[in-house]
Amino acid sequence: MAEEVKLFGTWASPFSRRIEVALKLKGVQFEYIEENLSNKSPALLEYNPVHKKIPVLVHNGKPVAESLVILEYIDETWKHNPILPTDPYEKAIARFWAKYIDDKLWPAATKVLVSKGEEQKGVTEEIQEQLKTLESELKGKKFFGGESLGFVDIAANIIVFLLVAQEALGLMEILTEEQFPVLHEWYQRLVDDAVFKECVPPRERHLGFFKVRFGSSTASK
Amino acid sequence: MAESEIKLLGAWPSPFVMRARIALNIKSIDYEFHQEKLGSKSQLLLESNPVYKKIPVLIHDQKPICESLIIVQYVDEAWSSGPSILPSDPYDRAIARFWAAYIDDKWFPSLSGLAKAQGEEAKKAAMDQVREGFLLLEEAFGKCSKGKDFFGGDRIGYLDIALGCFLGWLRVSEKMNGVKLLDAAKTPGLAGWADKFCGDDAVKDVMPETDKLTEFAKILFQAKANAPPPAN
Repeated sequence: MAEEVKLFGTWASPFSRRIEVALKLKGVQFEYIEENLSNKSPALLEYNPVHKKIPVLVHNGKPVAESLVILEYIDETWKHNPILPTDPYEKAIARFWAKYIDDKLWPAATKVLVSKGEEQKGVTEEIQEQLKTLESELKGKKFFGGESLGFVDIAANIIVFLLVAQEALGLMEILTEEQFPVLHEWYQRLVDDAVFKECVPPRERHLGFFKVRFGSSTASK
Repeated sequence: MAESEIKLLGAWPSPFVMRARIALNIKSIDYEFHQEKLGSKSQLLLESNPVYKKIPVLIHDQKPICESLIIVQYVDEAWSSGPSILPSDPYDRAIARFWAAYIDDKWFPSLSGLAKAQGEEAKKAAMDQVREGFLLLEEAFGKCSKGKDFFGGDRIGYLDIALGCFLGWLRVSEKMNGVKLLDAAKTPGLAGWADKFCGDDAVKDVMPETDKLTEFAKILFQAKANAPPPAN
């Protein structure tokens, strides 16, 4: 039976873009369906009735939801160019940091865009602490995954989105070379990676997206 | 092969710690259990889990693993010769992981929301959420178990552990509120599953008795009521 892979996503969602990275790293052909989140398709509602969210991967008619769950499914189904380590301990560490990014960095990143004044200052400091933590985890490796992009690097695409948002809203740059020399270098490698760079939203459109969505609520630096 | 050094940092009332213990039991692994005291964190805990400073932490040959579901998967993969905890098929694994994430992100917060709810209306809203969650999980149980006893089939697996660990606290909530949350009439599959889960060999010695847990809950809520408000 011919393989049928569909990805339901949105162009501006880091979670949806993560799946694109993984599929492209593995050379998996897929059909991409752009969802309008204010008018969700019947297919999306059928494939993800519990959360009604993107991304959803549909493989030969069977849906998988939740981005980190989808990434593991992709890695276990298409085994070449692995994104998770094979060693159980290394795998546990990768899962830990991907979860950290989703549980800590993501909520802080969304909060910093809508908060003002002292609250925004506080969240910015929180993010800086989190970046410091991530930087010490990188420990001189090229990527969190080692020599090539892995699970944590893909999950960390949120950082790319955060930096574009900050630029769009005129917020203080957070990932400076002075403060985070190691992470800054990693970041340059990440956005230069041949596969990764195909899977970020087009810059001008992305800047515009943040200005429209969050522009009126930002405070000055 | 040299004897492995396996420690688990935890506390008997914690459902998250129970997940790790059940996984270790399934694989018949001997380990040293370090009971953390309520209200204080040991040096070993602070060193092994500097990011969250939370239990459970599994320390295997001096390497720490944190986050309960990550520990369960680690145990499954590091001791691959024992009975499997996750299903072998990638799609079944994805379904198990999806529902475990739902339990942690949506269902458990509704249960702990009930404990925190103030006033009749808030309590009722919280209870409704818990019950709605059970309806979804009943459907999941039907699909995953395929007529067998557990989400994992004939034996308990990842999703059984992810949900079953909360049964002790569920029973405490039912007792303290005088209600039934897991209703055999509405969710017969889950009700039957719950009894079988609690009776399983890997579970029964680590599932706290409802009375003991209720007493603990009272002490915990009293301590929280007496504590100064957390600094933000």
